[in-house]
Amino acid sequence: MMRGLWRLTWLEIKIFVREPLGVIGTVGVPVLIFVALARVLGPRTGALPPDAPRVFSADLPIFASVLIAASAVLSLVTVIAIYREGGILKRLRATPLRPETILTAHVLVKLLFTAITLALLILAGRRYYPLDADVPILSFTLALLFSTATIISLGFLIASVVPGARFAQPIGTLIIYPMLGISGLFVPVESLPPLAQTLARALPLTYAVSLLRGIWHGAGWSAHAGDVTVLALMAVAFTALSARLFRWE
Amino acid sequence: MTHRPAVHVSSLRKTYGRTVAVQDVSFEVHPGEIFGLIGPNGAGKTTTMECVEGLRTPDRGTISVLGMDPGRDSRALQQRIGVQLQEAQLQKRVKVREAVALWASLYRKPADGDRLIEQLGLGDKRNAWFMTLSGGQKQRLFIVLALINDPELVFLDELTTGLDPQARRAIWDLVRGIRQRGKTVFLTTHLMEEAERLCDRVAIIDHGRIVDVGTPAELVGRHCPERTVFVATDDPLAPDRFRSISQTLSVESDGQQVIIRGRGDDLVTQVIRCLAEHRMRVIDFRTEVPTLEDVFLRLTGHTIRD
Repeated sequence: MMRGLWRLTWLEIKIFVREPLGVIGTVGVPVLIFVALARVLGPRTGALPPDAPRVFSADLPIFASVLIAASAVLSLVTVIAIYREGGILKRLRATPLRPETILTAHVLVKLLFTAITLALLILAGRRYYPLDADVPILSFTLALLFSTATIISLGFLIASVVPGARFAQPIGTLIIYPMLGISGLFVPVESLPPLAQTLARALPLTYAVSLLRGIWHGAGWSAHAGDVTVLALMAVAFTALSARLFRWE
Repeated sequence: MTHRPAVHVSSLRKTYGRTVAVQDVSFEVHPGEIFGLIGPNGAGKTTTMECVEGLRTPDRGTISVLGMDPGRDSRALQQRIGVQLQEAQLQKRVKVREAVALWASLYRKPADGDRLIEQLGLGDKRNAWFMTLSGGQKQRLFIVLALINDPELVFLDELTTGLDPQARRAIWDLVRGIRQRGKTVFLTTHLMEEAERLCDRVAIIDHGRIVDVGTPAELVGRHCPERTVFVATDDPLAPDRFRSISQTLSVESDGQQVIIRGRGDDLVTQVIRCLAEHRMRVIDFRTEVPTLEDVFLRLTGHTIRD
């Protein structure tokens, strides 16, 4: 049924790696931001005042991880828009490849690079941000991939409605980064203005941050069943909606 | 089997919102021929072709391709047809051989991709990225991809648009090569010269309707039977002698130059016979035969470039 999925995924991985700017954007930038912030503000340096925002202390790994997810989604939105505008999607669709296969291959590529970036981040940040032995890296990776998949389904929705390749990146940025701002990462959702609170509760990033933070600090999956359920439901809803709105050409 | 048309389209109609792309189109493509759907941009060529390929769903009408319904049997049909889409692109940084290998892996009975790459003259571009290929090389790669499943029927949509004349001629030879392998070719073009040189039969489409179908010679004979002969001679009696030829409609003369207009293929023969009979000294001799371009103008009232 998914004939050609692995071959197409492998091909898209190679193609992605061949564009240096894309790799720097999705892999390099989050790692650099993390290392830079960790170096200045990491717990080892002791430079942080006790009343510093959580995001620069305990939540720095969460912040960097969400950044990975966001840049992966942005890159996906851009790629889909470019492929559509260039008629690449249409050409692939005129083969026995199923439409789902074509899009799944892109999701797999993005998830793979999300995992790779996370690994790099942990390696690069080790010096400044020592990992406690009790941080459940495997669970955290799973939580990040799961969150990324949900945000990707929102990405497909954005990719379905952006008018052209030139607008894909800016429109994607305008949607994804403000989401980050009200996700509870910088300011607790409860202390946001009522309107922003309502908006935050309608967006997947809020639940992703809550899930990632919980898992990082040792809470079990069961404690975050609510976040997982909401993210899963959102993924289904976004996928269903973009299946209706998605344009191949 | 051999008498069944490769493609049969009857009363096809397709609209996009309020725009009617295809009004009412019917035609047949015979096995083993190069069939051309010709008309200006926006006439409905691509829409018609994409309905036949199963990429679009028509609003009305019936289509049969190799005996199958492209809407219902699109999976089975895809194994037996080859498709080249208008203005298609591939991933910028995909290598020629990678694209061919991917395509080959998608079909049940793939042809030898390496051999196709050689045959289409892309042997030294095997490892080149798609973005570095010239327009002609890209189109040749798309022909490779269209032939990768050894299809019975090949669709070529505006194959040579944007290519220089030399690359265009090279592609024409390749298309004739496809027919020689016993395959049927269904192509669209807005270039009348291309249709005239390449196609066994053509259907002229304008504003979403088929205006006429036939071989290029048939269409010219049917709609533009006029022939013009230009003769330069110093014989002062020449105009009167040409006037006595029965196919002649008009004779104009301007000094030594005589222009004879008439109808039917026989006119030229008659003019030559007349020249020989009266032993006229001929300084220059030239004929003008209408082309598909003239047929198009006659049938639609506008030129194909409008």
